[in-house]
Amino acid sequence: MAFQEAFAEAGRLLATGDEKLYEIVGLSLQVSLSAVAVAAVVGLPLAALLAVARFPGRGAVIAVLNALLGLPPVVVGLVVYLMLSRAGPLGELGLLFTPGAMVVAQSILVTPIVAAIAHRTLEDFFAEYAEELACFRMSRREVAATLLYEARLSLATALAAGFGRAVAEVGAVMIVGGNIDGVTRVMTTAIALETSKGDLPLALGLGVVLLGIALSVNALAFGLRALAARHAGEEGPGGRRAPAGARGQGA
Amino acid sequence: MPRDDLTPRVPQAPAPPAARLADVSVRRGGRAILDGVSTRLTARGVTALIGPNGAGKTTFLKVLNGLIAPDRGAALWGEDGAAPKAVAQAMLLQQPVLLRRTAAANLVFAARRAGIPKSARADLIAYWLERASLTGRADAPARRLSGGEQRRLALVRALMLRPQALLLDEPGAGLDPSALRKLEALIAEAAEAGVKVIFSSHDLGQVRRLADELLFLNAGRLDAAGPAGALLDDPPAETLRRFLKGELL
Repeated sequence: MAFQEAFAEAGRLLATGDEKLYEIVGLSLQVSLSAVAVAAVVGLPLAALLAVARFPGRGAVIAVLNALLGLPPVVVGLVVYLMLSRAGPLGELGLLFTPGAMVVAQSILVTPIVAAIAHRTLEDFFAEYAEELACFRMSRREVAATLLYEARLSLATALAAGFGRAVAEVGAVMIVGGNIDGVTRVMTTAIALETSKGDLPLALGLGVVLLGIALSVNALAFGLRALAARHAGEEGPGGRRAPAGARGQGA
Repeated sequence: MPRDDLTPRVPQAPAPPAARLADVSVRRGGRAILDGVSTRLTARGVTALIGPNGAGKTTFLKVLNGLIAPDRGAALWGEDGAAPKAVAQAMLLQQPVLLRRTAAANLVFAARRAGIPKSARADLIAYWLERASLTGRADAPARRLSGGEQRRLALVRALMLRPQALLLDEPGAGLDPSALRKLEALIAEAAEAGVKVIFSSHDLGQVRRLADELLFLNAGRLDAAGPAGALLDDPPAETLRRFLKGELL
């Protein structure tokens, strides 16, 4: 089939609101947004803790966290598959080949990403705020909570990166979800299947939607960062704020 | 006239405890930043800290506040020698860090830290914004304020903690004369209300305007201490005399 024909068909599917297409897109969003929500609940407090607390083994935890950025989706899928399969330790939950299993796998994949990126941001914020907050006699926990709030707009980048990874990955959801029509079929698994079947218009239509979602999420994160910079006065005329290096120079 | 009209709006603070440094040394990277400093500050009034760059003024204030634990000696507050963190004190850093929120929200943060009940916050914040000449800027992002406005906001934010002692690190640095006058008025009012004020400065005019007591630090050592006027007019130490004349130490 010619490339143009595929594009035309993809456009028609999108324009007419093809039910199947929207079902697949809806499930993709549901699974990946749930995974990002889990990653936020687990990863953001972990990142804040690593930024403000000093304990033995902290460096090792940060190194492991950053190493986990490169976690291969198929391996995560395989491990979650083994855990959730009937003979596995969590087999009784009956989660395998359900959207729940896909959320579990993507959460494992995405949590290190959210935590590692958020940690880098919060580390910078801590360097800037530590002394001031110490003047307010805050406990470590209060400092961590304050930093999470202060960095809220910048942390959107971490969540967007996590979402981008989740919504675009195919290996893990394919293994634990099984790409069952109407149950666990998401955009990436559908694209892989339709391409191998030769149904390029549906594959391409889904590809266009996936691209659009990924781009708009990142555009949103970029916008929030710009808003954060404006709020912080960081791009003000003449750069009113002293550079970080100028802090604490006096003895 | 009813008695109530005479009540000052700033509640009189309880007598602040006198602070002292007992043989305080702070070393960083093999260099002594403070070198065996011992002194007792007056319990009331304003103490100014002067000396060349790198003399140890900032470190002196941070030790008094408890931000830095000295390598030797101790900062003690009151007759029973309380630790810095046991004393209600606030500090204005040389580069105050304002929160990425509106000016008013920065004060809400302080009000919450000070345990001020929610019902009383709005009035109190309006009061302090007015005192800082920031009423019209309440909803502006704090970091978009001008240098003078930021310094005043940070100062009233510190005062909202209702400190017995207020430490300020070069509070007037980089301000124009009108911004400086507003800031100094706030500092003087705090002192009149009974808050013990200790500030560092390179501005000898400011020291003359505000200070009762003067400490002169030079290369981590306390070279002179005493009543501000007397010390400035008749410096007892050769280093202070040369410093006041603007000579290189």
